[in-house]
Amino acid sequence: MSGLGAERPERIASVADQVAAIALKAPATAVHFLGERAVFVGSEKTCTLAAPDGTPQPVTVTDGAILCTVSDGMRVVLGCDDGRVVSLDADAAVTTLATDAKRRWIDCVALHKDGTLAWSAGKTAFVRGRDGAEKSWEAPSTVGGLAFAPKGVRLAVAHYGGATLWFPNMTAKPERLDWAGSHLGIAFSPDGRFVVTAMHEPALHGWRLADGRHMRMTGYPARVKSMAWCGGGKLLATSGADCLILWPFGSKDGPMGKEPMMLAPLTTRVSCVAAHPTQDILATGYEDGTVLLVRLPDGAEILARERDGDAIAALGWSASGETLALATEGGAAGLLKIV
Amino acid sequence: MSDAVSAEKIPVTVLTGYLGAGKTTLLNRILSENHGKRYAVVVNEFGEIGIDNDLVVGADEEVFEMNNGCICCTVRGDLIRILGGLMKRKGRFDAIIVETTGLADPAPVAQTFFVDEDVQKHARLDAVVTVADAKWLSERLKDAPEAKNQIAFADVIVLNKTDLVSPDDLAEVEGRIRAINPYARLHRTERCRVELADVLERNAFDLDRIVDLEPDFLNPGDDHDHDHHGHDHDHDHHHRGHSSHGHGGMKHYHDEDMQSLALKSEAPLDPVKFMPWLQGLVAKEGQKILRSKGILAFKDDDERYVFQGVHMMLEGDHQRPWRDGEQRLSRLVFIGRDLPEQAIRDGFTACIAAS
Repeated sequence: MSGLGAERPERIASVADQVAAIALKAPATAVHFLGERAVFVGSEKTCTLAAPDGTPQPVTVTDGAILCTVSDGMRVVLGCDDGRVVSLDADAAVTTLATDAKRRWIDCVALHKDGTLAWSAGKTAFVRGRDGAEKSWEAPSTVGGLAFAPKGVRLAVAHYGGATLWFPNMTAKPERLDWAGSHLGIAFSPDGRFVVTAMHEPALHGWRLADGRHMRMTGYPARVKSMAWCGGGKLLATSGADCLILWPFGSKDGPMGKEPMMLAPLTTRVSCVAAHPTQDILATGYEDGTVLLVRLPDGAEILARERDGDAIAALGWSASGETLALATEGGAAGLLKIV
Repeated sequence: MSDAVSAEKIPVTVLTGYLGAGKTTLLNRILSENHGKRYAVVVNEFGEIGIDNDLVVGADEEVFEMNNGCICCTVRGDLIRILGGLMKRKGRFDAIIVETTGLADPAPVAQTFFVDEDVQKHARLDAVVTVADAKWLSERLKDAPEAKNQIAFADVIVLNKTDLVSPDDLAEVEGRIRAINPYARLHRTERCRVELADVLERNAFDLDRIVDLEPDFLNPGDDHDHDHHGHDHDHDHHHRGHSSHGHGGMKHYHDEDMQSLALKSEAPLDPVKFMPWLQGLVAKEGQKILRSKGILAFKDDDERYVFQGVHMMLEGDHQRPWRDGEQRLSRLVFIGRDLPEQAIRDGFTACIAAS
């Protein structure tokens, strides 16, 4: 470790003074963009829409906690502890999409590009297609994560003991990917060749779908809570270490037998990563409140937020890539225009 | 865990007990009593409902193996998820109560608080409270290993339905409990009428609260044995400082497979020998050791060192300076199944520092 966190030996370029603060009533746990409006998702009750000029508009979406969230850029979908799946659009309209019959917690949500929606409550994963038809599948344990494949309607369900690929519109038996342990976050590689889970232990696990070959990605000091594909879909950036970890997925073997790239080391852990939608730039948030914009592959850094001890909870780019939204665990939030 | 830190963390009380012992009665008492505290309650989905509270969450009791698949590293996966979700509503409640099924092993629940970083950040395990049925516990201890686990694991035992048994039978069931776990606080109750201060906010897993390691019936303590409803069966003779068992009303039993083992040394210990021995012991025998606790006096160290453990998980720290005139006595307690007593005693003796 280079000890950069304590005192940076060289001054790096900073745009931290250009972050426009957004006043939130409560800390945000996630951030999305609907057009050029940022949506800061609170931990309970409220989401806050923020116009490009920073004007906040709080919107009540539930009486309870917001447990999970996903967005396709058109709407934000929220899973709540009152058993409802709710959507919020750019006009601040709130719509209840589904209500669990037993009012169980909605633990996970996922959205397909074509508008198909998935959510889970306990062990049950639900899918609702654009035609409104609803199907469900019982996982062997509580669902830890949901992700749609980039092509076709295929849902990856993370659970205890591995993950399962389910084709809701086909009668084919779901395809089971085994690996001991508890699997939480889950993602397909953008080319659809790999599935990666973030485990409860500080590790990722991956499968090459063509032959089910395993990829163990270990060495993290903490659990991986944030993942982002970047570098044209050939790199997987993650949190969980004291630097930005990038696993190479470009070759046919993925990261098998390879070391990850490690960039932007600080003396604190990375808590959040977000890939720029068009350029090879990663917004990287740290537990000490630092945000760095890290360029691939050379690792050049620009400081986007000075450390203040308030851990970064969420980062998100607008679809145009012109605005970065950031939020801290303590409730600070801001928008940074990159033009 | 210092007081300053633990004060901010949400205390979690684990309520165990065999089916029908009175867990739901106790839970409803806790929730209905006018104490000004707000509780979030985690109940098992298969249990009785009938709980009147704003924040009730159903759990699935999913026991997950961590890391190498060692059974000592099992955690409650559903609990990690639920506590994470509840923390999103922090500020809506002051404490959490986790009710387990009668068949549950308390160890994965407790280990969840040792293993999971996020759980540790926001919550702390306060105590394991076991409700036992005075009429049926003796039977259950014979035929249900879960019942024995729950007694062995407990910090607090609520011995309920004492009005349904004779004084002799009560003495017998207490004897059986003490044979397994002499250290838990034991309260005799009818319909779970116990002072809530005796079951909540116990700080039983707080290293700072490891004060002494005397068996409970040798502690004529202030918070011991509340009989609030005129049902004293002249139990006072339990409270005097008998150094051995079998006197007065206290029957002595030896449980065939679950015991406690107490070790003591007036001579200081050598930390260079003791730490590897303790870690090796729990690594090797951790499956058998349910709970462990210790207060240690190390050679050339003016501070008390305290530790506690659940199976293979240990945590320890310097607690405070030894006081002037305080006897620098090292004490260790193990509660477990088929403990290799002689090997543990020999290993401990070998850790005494050369004078």
